[in-house]
Amino acid sequence: MKFGVVIFPGSNCDYDTYWVLKEVFNQETVFLWHKDHSLQGIDCVVLPGGFSYGDYLRSGAIARFSPLMQEVREFAARGGLVLGICNGFQVLLELGLLPGAMLRNKNLKFLCQFVHLKISNARTPFTNQGREGQVLRIPIAHYDGNFYAPPETMEEIKKNNQIVLQYSTPAGNVTPEANVNGSLENIAGLINKQGNVLGMMPHPERASEAVLGSEDGQIIFQSIISWLS
Amino acid sequence: MIDKKILEEHNLTEEEYQRIVELIGREPNLTELGIFSLMWSEHCSYKSSKIHLKKLPTTGPHVIQGPGENAGVVDLGDDLAAVFKIESHNHPSFIEPYQGAATGVGGILRDIFTMGARPIALLDSLRFGPLDQAGNRVIMEGVVSGISGYGNSIGVPTVGGEVYFHPCYSLNPLVNVFCLGLTHRDKIFYARAGQPGNPVLYVGAKTGRDGIHGATMASAEFDENLEKKRPNVQVGDPFKEKLLLEACLEAMEKGLIIGIQDMGAAGLTCSTTEMAAKSGTGIEINLDLVPQREEGMTPYEIMLSESQERMLLVTTEEQVHQVQAIFAKWDLDAVVIGRVIEGGHLKVWFKGELVVDVPVEAVVNLCPVYQRPWQEPKERRTQILTGLPSLPADLNQVFRQVLASPTIADKEWVFRQYDHMVQINTVFLPGADAAVLRIKGTPRAIAITLDGNSSYCYFNPREGGKIAVAEACRNLACVGARPLGVTNCLNFGNPEKPEIMWEFKEVVEGMAEACRSFDLPITGGNVSFYNETEGKPIYPTPVVGVVGLINDLQKAIHPGFKNQGDLIYLLGPLSEDLGASLYLREILGEEKGPTPTLDLETEKKIQEFCLEAIDKGLLHSAHDVSEGGMAVSLAESCFHSHQLLGVKIFLPPDHRPDIFLFNEGQSRLIVSLSPEKEAAFLRLGEAKQVPLIRLGEVAGHEIKIIQEDKTLIHLPVKEAYQLWKTALSDFFKIKT
Amino acid sequence: MKVRVLVSFKESVLDPQGQTVKNALHSLGYNFVKDVRQGKVFEIEVDDLPREQLKVKIPEMADKVLANPIIEKFEWEILD
Repeated sequence: MKFGVVIFPGSNCDYDTYWVLKEVFNQETVFLWHKDHSLQGIDCVVLPGGFSYGDYLRSGAIARFSPLMQEVREFAARGGLVLGICNGFQVLLELGLLPGAMLRNKNLKFLCQFVHLKISNARTPFTNQGREGQVLRIPIAHYDGNFYAPPETMEEIKKNNQIVLQYSTPAGNVTPEANVNGSLENIAGLINKQGNVLGMMPHPERASEAVLGSEDGQIIFQSIISWLS
Repeated sequence: MIDKKILEEHNLTEEEYQRIVELIGREPNLTELGIFSLMWSEHCSYKSSKIHLKKLPTTGPHVIQGPGENAGVVDLGDDLAAVFKIESHNHPSFIEPYQGAATGVGGILRDIFTMGARPIALLDSLRFGPLDQAGNRVIMEGVVSGISGYGNSIGVPTVGGEVYFHPCYSLNPLVNVFCLGLTHRDKIFYARAGQPGNPVLYVGAKTGRDGIHGATMASAEFDENLEKKRPNVQVGDPFKEKLLLEACLEAMEKGLIIGIQDMGAAGLTCSTTEMAAKSGTGIEINLDLVPQREEGMTPYEIMLSESQERMLLVTTEEQVHQVQAIFAKWDLDAVVIGRVIEGGHLKVWFKGELVVDVPVEAVVNLCPVYQRPWQEPKERRTQILTGLPSLPADLNQVFRQVLASPTIADKEWVFRQYDHMVQINTVFLPGADAAVLRIKGTPRAIAITLDGNSSYCYFNPREGGKIAVAEACRNLACVGARPLGVTNCLNFGNPEKPEIMWEFKEVVEGMAEACRSFDLPITGGNVSFYNETEGKPIYPTPVVGVVGLINDLQKAIHPGFKNQGDLIYLLGPLSEDLGASLYLREILGEEKGPTPTLDLETEKKIQEFCLEAIDKGLLHSAHDVSEGGMAVSLAESCFHSHQLLGVKIFLPPDHRPDIFLFNEGQSRLIVSLSPEKEAAFLRLGEAKQVPLIRLGEVAGHEIKIIQEDKTLIHLPVKEAYQLWKTALSDFFKIKT
Repeated sequence: MKVRVLVSFKESVLDPQGQTVKNALHSLGYNFVKDVRQGKVFEIEVDDLPREQLKVKIPEMADKVLANPIIEKFEWEILD
């Protein structure tokens, strides 16, 4: 099993993600440079957090034009597993691999804090080691994480059970108060219809070691590993 | 030609001008004058502070590099080194809070990666005027977003720092930015030019007209002509800086760089002359080759521009192409703009003409040094509390007010705008006594704290300087870290005023005394004078950043209480020093001294005891007693506990309760421990001869403070927490 | 020649920045302000192409890069 972590010029969670896959989970992991044209035979590609190209236009807007992203698009079409974390989620939205778009957080501020997430769909390659309704404590760190989609799209999303993670209270209730950034339906993690591309705003790589205050993020990586083996 | 008016515009005196003429043997042209004015500005030359800064100890067993380079370096063991420095960006942040603070972050980051280290942590010390004034809110909001905008994008976590409020900062906010980077001992880079013949490369962003005269601006007081100064502020591009960081580190890793210098304040001027001066060579550049963003720039403008995200680096002829290939990979230009030459001159060519020809030694090292007169302002001694104000009737209410004071209140509104977790090393979230970062692949951790209390320094600058160092070390002791080195940022008013110079001299001497006592070196820092607006100076504000090492991260402790039933002790002497305290100033309304005194011997004993008790696993929590006194420390230890644990505290009968609870006497900590450890704890206390006073225990979910049979304070932790948590953010509520 | 492209949120999308600006204006006494929508302006220098060509190219660019059609709309004009 082989993981690839994409490096855009402004990626800044690339090493963190690499560290967790390689050192915490002992998985073969390679970096994939955004200008390259090959995915080096990986089984799962991770688009890490950061500010891919400075995000001066819109978060993730320029990244989708990089050569490597054309490979990722084809890889996804073939059913390959794609995980976008934070900025990676934004890139997946801009790429059109996931429906919807991100607006600025409702309080118009960058938000870095631990949040609680309810697993709303545990039958995915990314959450199969969790239970539906289980609550994870994982940090977020973003400016544009306020998920939006037009009503027709939202209906589709719900109909296809594409909402995977939702901002919730510690007890797992999906309430307006728990909705830190204003996302529709408290969406924190969203999967495509085919079920092989997940975008999530929270950072599981920041919650995979006890020394950092939470190991709940491990569930995401464990799920992928178990799915692939 | 050069007349009085031109000299004035360049902040140069007639005598300084004469000296320039002597040194170069003729009258300088305008560009040359500009070069001297920048390098001889207070900001670059330290001409008023040098004679005092020499009093600070700068060497020690852990020091790899002391003052004089872009940043200091200390040894972390196992071939690792920490590179760190603090710098001010006060003036730019007042003029344009967002960009001023953002470029402050950009500048300090470059200081660190210029030395070959990957930045792993940022901390900021911020000071603003009272938030009930809209202007101060605008400044604070801008500064915080600026720090957030830059630091978050580049992916360096902002892991801690401090925020203070006082009217003296209303028109003069302080933005002091600290950065620490990690590298290997044998991978440290310096500002060197190396051998004559070496090519000089310009890398990074293009040069524009921004920031011209920023360094001289930082050395002048403000007046009402603020609007006119606005174009001086540079605009930062964190994305470009991220590319620059990665490209520089990659070129360094491959051993392709001989010397490198950031083009921050004083731009091309500073980087060319300093690199040459340090290698005893000259440097020759052709301005036509400098990448330019605007058309028609003059040599004066190109040499003095402070456009951000630029570096000057020296490599060898053979390696130029490899360097350029790395920068191309990161979509950056790397242009050879000149060469290292013999003869010790800076020679600048523009359209075929030699427009600058000055000895670098004169520019860099021969600025006059001033022994400016100092005088103690006598009235300061009379601003002392005589007779105690009467005891407030309702201490519960006083306690609530203290918790809601913006200086005391939770700074979450600030910290959650910063990405404090990226790079996944942050062990303690902001709010602990010190920021703690694990060193991946080792059992060790780095601890960092920033400290400084300007009220203490106003009433007694010498004692205030001592306390700043001692308190920072105490903060480190609270998490179990031993200090390795100090960086300081000294923020003062106009040094041409004798009372300001006196404050400066006293603070520096106090810091020097404390550093010697702790055997702790100062490895660098920054002096920011002229923090005055319309003739009103800020309080003397030294900010120290201390870096320490935790040998075994497993043993590190946090300020939060752990378990119900744990015993609470005050570690350190009792005190009746109410002077200069937040309680006296903000609640009793008396801004008076004297500053609490600090006994360095006691302080060292307390810290040594704390470190040993932590090492022996005797403590569950430790928290410094500082602003707001013991009451605030106790409350904060409740707030930092997992389930908002409460306390039951018994005050000794013969003490006035408000003084006991809110005084800011030094050398004190609040610790908690499980009852089984009490005997061993007391034995250690006896052996180390430190005063230990049992205050009470962790109990329930209320803060209960009792004296004899009287309950003085009784507040559910949840309610206290809410007050503390929302006091700051309430000033910034968005109406939608 | 210069082209100006104006990108703003679609009417159906909440614009919290615009809302905040509106509130700030109200608090300063500009109560006649009814609504504020915030957007982005791109001033683009282009070769002197025939108008018909620009009419194809500019919207194409705006749709593909400058705006995100899920949340944003755009207008454009030739400046000179």
